[in-house]
Amino acid sequence: MAQITLKNVSKRFDDEYVVNNMNLTVKDGSFTVLVGPSGCGKSTTLRMIAGLEQVSEGEIWVDDECVNDVSPGKRDVAMVFQNYALYPTMTVKGNIEFGLTNKKVPKKERESLINDIASIVGLENHLYKKPQTLSGGQRQRVALARAMVKKPKVFILDEPLSNLDAKLRSQMRTELIQLHQRLGTTFIYVTHDQVEAMSMGDEIVLLNKGEIQQNDSPMNVYHYPVNVFSAEFIGTPAMNVFLMEKIMPYTSNIDKDAHYVGFRPEHAAILTTQPYEDSHCITLQGQLLTRETLGSETIYQIKHRAGNFTVKSFLPPLEENNKNVFVSIPYEKLYFFDENKEQDRDHHWKQASSLTVEGM
Amino acid sequence: MIGKKAFPYAMITPSMIVFCLFFIYPIGYMIYLSLHDWNFVSPVKDFVGLSNFTSLFSEQEFLEVMRNSLVYTVLTVTLTTGTSLGLAVWLNKQGIVYRFVQGAMFSPHIISLVSISMLWMWLMDPDYGLLNWFLGLFGLPESPWLTDPSTSLLSLVLVAVWKGIGFNALVFIAGLQSIPRDMYEAASLDDATWFRTFWKITLPMLSPTLFFLIIINVISSFQVFETIAIMTQGGPINSTNTLVFYIYEYGFNFFKIGYASAAGVLLLIVVSVMTFFYFRLLSVKVHYR
Repeated sequence: MAQITLKNVSKRFDDEYVVNNMNLTVKDGSFTVLVGPSGCGKSTTLRMIAGLEQVSEGEIWVDDECVNDVSPGKRDVAMVFQNYALYPTMTVKGNIEFGLTNKKVPKKERESLINDIASIVGLENHLYKKPQTLSGGQRQRVALARAMVKKPKVFILDEPLSNLDAKLRSQMRTELIQLHQRLGTTFIYVTHDQVEAMSMGDEIVLLNKGEIQQNDSPMNVYHYPVNVFSAEFIGTPAMNVFLMEKIMPYTSNIDKDAHYVGFRPEHAAILTTQPYEDSHCITLQGQLLTRETLGSETIYQIKHRAGNFTVKSFLPPLEENNKNVFVSIPYEKLYFFDENKEQDRDHHWKQASSLTVEGM
Repeated sequence: MIGKKAFPYAMITPSMIVFCLFFIYPIGYMIYLSLHDWNFVSPVKDFVGLSNFTSLFSEQEFLEVMRNSLVYTVLTVTLTTGTSLGLAVWLNKQGIVYRFVQGAMFSPHIISLVSISMLWMWLMDPDYGLLNWFLGLFGLPESPWLTDPSTSLLSLVLVAVWKGIGFNALVFIAGLQSIPRDMYEAASLDDATWFRTFWKITLPMLSPTLFFLIIINVISSFQVFETIAIMTQGGPINSTNTLVFYIYEYGFNFFKIGYASAAGVLLLIVVSVMTFFYFRLLSVKVHYR
């Protein structure tokens, strides 16, 4: 159990900053997810915490110890690699045991630890097999067991589920959440998949271009994105964001301060007939381009003069393509961003209060 | 239809002809000759059964030759493989120095063995050779090198190791580079010492390369000929006489073709057994990804 603190941490390769002046506190016992597009520096950050990369500037603290010059093996962290990095020449047992032997844990204790862990991850019957004879999910478990058996202060997981198929991935997701609850250890988890980030983390650190965009709980990131990047990254499909001036002709109820306006596809209602004039909603008329029926929900691409956008609906799918549709979005569900693509908080509040006045 | 069936056979015929002519036929003919007494020119080949083999084993000289071959092979292979593995681990880095050393080490491999033999004969000359001068410089006792039975075989081993190291190290480096980096990262997170990482991860993952090199070194050492023919002629007092040189001498100097062929058959058996053993070992013991 440990709290990890990054103080002004930067990483450069030659002159290029991969991680730029990062300040981050990973709370003790939290499940923190570093998420962002590829090349955003999330893996580098993780590897610096693990000690596999040297920091160029700044300090990394585990609890009250600066670990900048501590070797990876002495940092009391365990890592699960994306491709598992199991030792192919050792059996499953050998893989789990290797770290313990290095720490000079007595043989008796090793045996009991390995048996405990093997039963937790369900590998009792595979202890004497080589990793290459196991399935992807089993290898994943070996990697987890190898990390868990060391009882580390911090678990570091680098896209551990990306090599699994969709079904196994969602299963492992649940198992990891349970595992975290059971162990109570700090988890730091890297992924590029926002669904994983939302579903597993109790703390999301959204990264882009080596800088933290937003650091908050999943629901807060979803409801209160601080900038356009955050708004577009979290949520599927991505938030529809327009330039304010493109949208202005279709509404009279927004003041002109903000530079960008956006709404989430799931917050819009799609209709085939013109709705009544409603002062609570903005209504956009467009043409249906494509329709993806996913069973429980339907995703529509809609062509509009202000730009194409998507709408997600949980109602039975509309039948025809190329049809005129009307999309209404409640004003209170609109997000506003200023010219730096940062959230325009004042504006948002003004709008919300004016709405309540109108509603009364 | 027949044309279609015959086509693949037609395609491999040229190589099969070459294979039979230069591989199968000579082996068959050697076995045939090993059962006969022939002096290379006589029109008559007398069938003598296995007596060539029995006289081979009763010959004190032949047993010495086998012993020399064995000692030479064991020493050459262990020294070459061990040294080049060490060098490969050291040289498996980026940088101009390492690349230069790699290149320099490899260069003996592309020089003909005849030139190498001549070069080392000069170096090892007891009176005005560079090696003895060098030893003298450090106040060490001079060595008779090739001129004394106690050091002659070792001197030949030295030449073979010197020639082989570059190639072996290069293959080892290629093997080392094929080991994924995250293996080492996982090991460092597991707090493994350098030695344990090498022993438990590097070496097992290098085992295919290691066994490949050991077997080709064993086979080529058993067949050593050029350096002996040029540098020592099997002497002094038979101390550097090895199997292939022995076969050559009996066949083409003494014209006892049947007897030489019998020794050749033995060499074939030894090499085949080793190759067979090698492949068995590979399939059972050696890790392949």
